[in-house]
Formats: sequence, structure tokens, C-alpha cells
Amino acid sequence: MTRVTLIHNARLIDPASDKVADGAILFAEKILDIGAVTSAPDGAEIVDAHGAHIMPGLIDMRVVIGEPGAEHKETFKSAGRAAAAGGVTTLVMMPNTTPVIDDQSLVDFVLRRGSDRAGGVHILPAAALTKGLDGALMTEVGLLAEAGAVMFCNGDRPIADTRVLLRALKYATAFGALIAHRPEDPCLAEGGVMHQGELAARLGLSGIPAVAEAIFARRDLALAELTGGRLMLDMLSTVQALAPLQRAKARGVNAVASVNVHHLVLNENDVDGYRTFAKLSPPLRSEDDRRALVEAVRDEVIDVIVSGHDPRPAEDKRLPFAEAAFGAVGLETLLAGALTLHHNGDVPLTTLIRAMTLKPAEILKLPQGRLEKGAPADLILVDLGAPFKLDSDALKSKSNNSPFDEKTLQGIVKRTFVGGRTVFPV
Amino acid sequence: MKQNDSGPVRFRSKHLLAIADLNRPEVDALLTRAEAFEPLLEKKIKKLDALRGRTLINLFFESSTRTQSSFELAGKRMGADVVNMSVRSSSVAKGETLIDTAATLNAMRPDLLVVRHGASGAAALLARKVDCAVINAGDGQHEHPTQALLDAFTIRRRLGDIEGLIVAICGDVLHSRVARSNVALLNLLGANVRLIGPPTLMPTGAERWGARVFHDMREGIKDADVVMMLRVQRERMAGGYFPSAREYFWFYGLDEDKLKCAKAGALVMHPGPMNRGVEIDSSVADNPSVSLIETQVRMGVAVRMAVLEALAETGADEGANP
Repeated sequence: MTRVTLIHNARLIDPASDKVADGAILFAEKILDIGAVTSAPDGAEIVDAHGAHIMPGLIDMRVVIGEPGAEHKETFKSAGRAAAAGGVTTLVMMPNTTPVIDDQSLVDFVLRRGSDRAGGVHILPAAALTKGLDGALMTEVGLLAEAGAVMFCNGDRPIADTRVLLRALKYATAFGALIAHRPEDPCLAEGGVMHQGELAARLGLSGIPAVAEAIFARRDLALAELTGGRLMLDMLSTVQALAPLQRAKARGVNAVASVNVHHLVLNENDVDGYRTFAKLSPPLRSEDDRRALVEAVRDEVIDVIVSGHDPRPAEDKRLPFAEAAFGAVGLETLLAGALTLHHNGDVPLTTLIRAMTLKPAEILKLPQGRLEKGAPADLILVDLGAPFKLDSDALKSKSNNSPFDEKTLQGIVKRTFVGGRTVFPV
Repeated sequence: MKQNDSGPVRFRSKHLLAIADLNRPEVDALLTRAEAFEPLLEKKIKKLDALRGRTLINLFFESSTRTQSSFELAGKRMGADVVNMSVRSSSVAKGETLIDTAATLNAMRPDLLVVRHGASGAAALLARKVDCAVINAGDGQHEHPTQALLDAFTIRRRLGDIEGLIVAICGDVLHSRVARSNVALLNLLGANVRLIGPPTLMPTGAERWGARVFHDMREGIKDADVVMMLRVQRERMAGGYFPSAREYFWFYGLDEDKLKCAKAGALVMHPGPMNRGVEIDSSVADNPSVSLIETQVRMGVAVRMAVLEALAETGADEGANP
């Protein structure tokens, strides 16, 4: 039996209703009562929140874990610890492991190993859309979905062959499966290491043009419209992709989109000085792009904010810029990074939280992400305004490649519950 | 719905290229006529002389065992002289075009030309270039009308009137000429037609063919009287239409478990050749109480006898009234 907990004197953020209200919450495995709760059963733990915020635990739809195959980068255990510390109670694990998650037995492995090792944090596998991520042969979408794959994607390798993506989107409709695809034309992006623009030219680095994203975003949306398939444009980075997305949504196309939190806070200038920790894929774009992405989150044209957590050991990053690996860790900075937009007054708090809780829950058809009676008690207690200077060496992730290193952020997770059990602090 | 046989049937159309060439009375009369030929297969001497002196050419550009031998037997039992033209030994291999072949054959003055070709519309093209009656024995992904007729005949003999029956056609509808002919004929005969298959193997606009489209097989065969399985070709996997044979079998292969969703006593059909373990499980295919698969082959000869007779009669009429 999970112990009953009462948290009172809290500010409750309900992502479904746009309301932030003073109150209390009573929960065991599920949320038992909410609002003006005054009494708790004997033996319950009573927590005074001292005015801190309670919200549903975050659902991070894009996390790379090194297990199996690259355990030196990240394991289920270290990812679980990092997630819990960052307030992430559910994460979707990318299939680009070794071997690639493209078979039922590997989906089963992730589900079992995740529940054994991740300290309670829910780890949900995304399966590969093509075998070995080769971009040519579709995986067993139906069997993988039955085994527990929550969505399908091709990792960081966009599918160049339009017919492969067309057939996959069409085939997946039989199972209602979600396909998350990175819109980036690999031919245009090839060899590029940062956003193509004046800064890249000055630094002498090859650029990845914004149009590489715009072209594939339009293509992918057209395919989703043609097939009726469920598409998620994975990690948009440019203003040019937003108008086609908005128009497609207005026409009723079954498409959603995500953005990496780093692209909402940082821009290409953070790369200046050849800072490889800010080398991301898609690359950090211009300030105009960043502003447009923030507005798209505010207007809910972009549905989901993800961490894009991609652990890279120092040896992969401490290299000349062009040779360094892409990617940044993000599980522990997703919330604080996103809250920057709230503190700046750019995005309302509930909209921001919704993009990391209710929206991903709806897209993945999960019962989590809600602050309502009967919902799973995956909850976080957060001091929204508390400042901290990020010390990436103190991160719980096995890798510490964060572009937020040394930056001051606001929003500290004080406690994380999964199914009513405390998973952070341990 | 057995009617009394009133002798040879005559068609309005000179050729049988697609089910649309037939109307309801013609089909009813044809199936009734086939009924009369069927007992002949059990007789010691299985031969009639209705087509004596007539020439039937079997022109098969695609290899086929059952259809070609079925037409050959049907022709011989009706007393016709049957010539089998095999593609490899023909001049097509030497670069002759289909129209050249038609002209050459036409010069031999056959009465009936049975054609199978890998290209949709090939039978219709030949029909425009020859003077005799042309029977489409399968053109690309377009039609295979005698298969649909023998399927209807098989159902009618087992279940009686087709009107109102629920017939679920399952599999690679996109590439299937059998499915196209069957949907047309079953609609003509008043059946409730359903199409089941993965979205990638369902033609665009199939829901406008007069059939309900399903992607969930259990849902699609619910309460069905007849489940008609289609052959799925393994090369469709490499084409990206579906990922693997095991996934196909799991979701769209007919096994005893899925068949339980159909009406009790539902019958199973397959135009052959079967891929066991891909679209159909042996436990179903070989169960004589549900499987009509062997009956289909047997009925094929009787139906084709009736078709050959009808087209020969139609041609004779035409000759009499120039």
C-alpha cells in the first residue's frame, strides 16, 4: 500500500483548466482529493508546501538513453535519477540504441529494464520506424505497438525516401500509431554543424540551412494530410516551419509538433566561441527563430516542449567544433529552462506546464499529466522562483553536456512523486 | 436460387472482359447453366459437343496452372479444339508487340481467345484487334471475371441466394484483380461486400466501390457468411506495403481464432495459390467443413464451360446477323 500524503499550503497548477489556485492535495497511488482538503487519514504524511507549486510530473517525449549499447553515456538508472531530480516522471526513450529498438523483444527489454532500474520513473519506448533506422524498410509497427511502443520515430535520421514515409504513415493508421519525424532534408543538412547564417560564415563553419527544415516539414505535413496518419514534427527550430504547421492544423491534419527547450531559450550566438556544448541537432537558430518558437508555444501551435536529452561524454564534446558530437542533456533543466519563458512574461504559466504534462499525455494517450481526482499521483513540488546556478558537474546524468552550465535559472524541484511514492529526493 | 436450365445463355456483349459486361439476368442464367454442366464432372465420359469444330486459343502471357488448365478442360469438355500458346515459345519473346500477336492469331480464325496478361487493359486491347470473342483470364490488377463467376457459383451452391449475404474480402485488395471482379459481381448479386486489409494494400477510394472498408480484420469479418482470402505476395514487403510475414499473419492472416468472429458456420474461400502461414492458416484452409477452396477449383470448370458456350453462341448470332 502506498502511504497517503497530504500536501497543503500549496499553489496548485492545473494544466487542464488554466487555473492556478491555493489549496491542498491528498493522494496515495492516485489523487484522492484536491482543493480545500482539510483532513487526512491517520498515518498520512503531512507536508507544508509553504506556498510552493504542485503540478503534474513532467512527461518528456524525447530522451536518449545509452542503454543498451552505450552505458557509459547513460543508463536506465542514471536517467531515472536525472529525470526524478528534474521533475520528469514519464519519459519516452528514443530507439537509437545499440541494437536499435526495432523488434518486440527489445521493446519488452526497455519496459522491463526501465521499470527495474529507473527508480520508479516511467520509461516508455519509442520504437524505430524503419529497421535498424535504415530509412528503407518499415518495422513491425503493429506488433511493436502491441508490445508497448508508444510511438515510432527514426531518431535523428530523417527519412529521405518520401515513399517510405508515405507508406509508413498510411500503414500506421490501422493501429492509430503516432509517428514522430525530424523534418530535416538530409541532403541540404549534410556536413552542416550549426545554423547557416552570418555567424557560421564568420566562424568558418558549415551551415545547416533553415530551409532544410521548412521543405521537410511541408512534405511531412502533406503526407500526413494525404494518409490521415498521426504525425508529430519532432523538434522544430525555424520560423519557416511554423506557418505550414499552423495551416495544416487549421485544415484538420492530424499533426502535432514539439520543440526542444534549448531552442526556446538559446540561439546561435550561444555557439560563438566554438562552444560545442551548444552544438545541437537541429542547430540553435537565429533570435528571430527563437522568438517565433516562443510565440508558437504561447499560441499552442507547438504542442509539446521536450528536453531533447542526449547525453554525450566529454570526449565526444571536447573536440574541434565541426568534429564534436551534437546534443545536450536536458532532463534536469527542462523545467527550469522552460520556466524562463514564464519569468520573462512570454508564455502563461499554465500554457507552459500544459506543453510538458497534459499535451504529451493526450498525444500518448496516458492517464498522467492531469491534476484531477483519480489521476495517477505523478506529482512534483516546485519552488518556481528559486534561482540556482547550474553546475553541470553536479548533474545526476552520467553525462554533463549542458549548454546551461554556469547559467542562472529559476525553478527548483523540491520533491517528485510517482504513483504517490517519493522518487526525489531519494 | 436454382432455376430451371433453359439451355445455352446468350450475352449482350461479344467479349467477357470485365464483370461490367454482364447484367443480372445474364449472370443468373449463366450460373444456372453451369449447374447443368457440373454433374458431368462425375460422369465417365465427360464430354459434350456444343463447341465441336470451334477453336479455342489459350493465350497466357503470365504463368498460371489452375486457370489455364481450367479453361483447357472446359474447352475440351465442350468439344472445342484447344490450342495452348505459351509465352516463352511465342514470338512475343522475340519482340513482337501485343497488337502484332493479335493480328497473327486473328489470321488463324479462332472462335474464342482466352487471355491472361500482366498489364491491366491488355485483354481489352486484344479484343479491339481480333474478330473472335475474347475472355479475360486476368489482366494485371484490373479484372478476372471468370474467377468471380466461379466464386459466386460456389457460394450459391453452398448457401443458396447470394442476395443479402455478408462477404468479407481480405488481403491485398490493392493489387488484386480477383477482388475487383468479385466486388463488382457480388454487388450485382446483392451481397453486402466488405474489404479488409492494411491501409497500404487498400486502393484509394475503395470505399466508393460499394463496399465497406476495414483495417481491423476481426471487426471486418464480424457476422460474415463468407470470408474470401486474397493471396499476398511476399515482394510487397520489400515494396514497403507491410513489414513482415509474421506481422501480416498476426493482423490479417485467417486462423481459427479470427474466424470465430464471423458468423457460425461461415465459409472460407481463396483463389489460390495459397501462402500458408501468411494469409491463411492450414487449420482453416484444410478444414473441409469451412473451406471451399477445393470446391472453387472444381466449380471453375463448370462455370467456364458455361462462359465458353455463351460467348460461342453470341459470336454465332453475330455471324448470322451481320
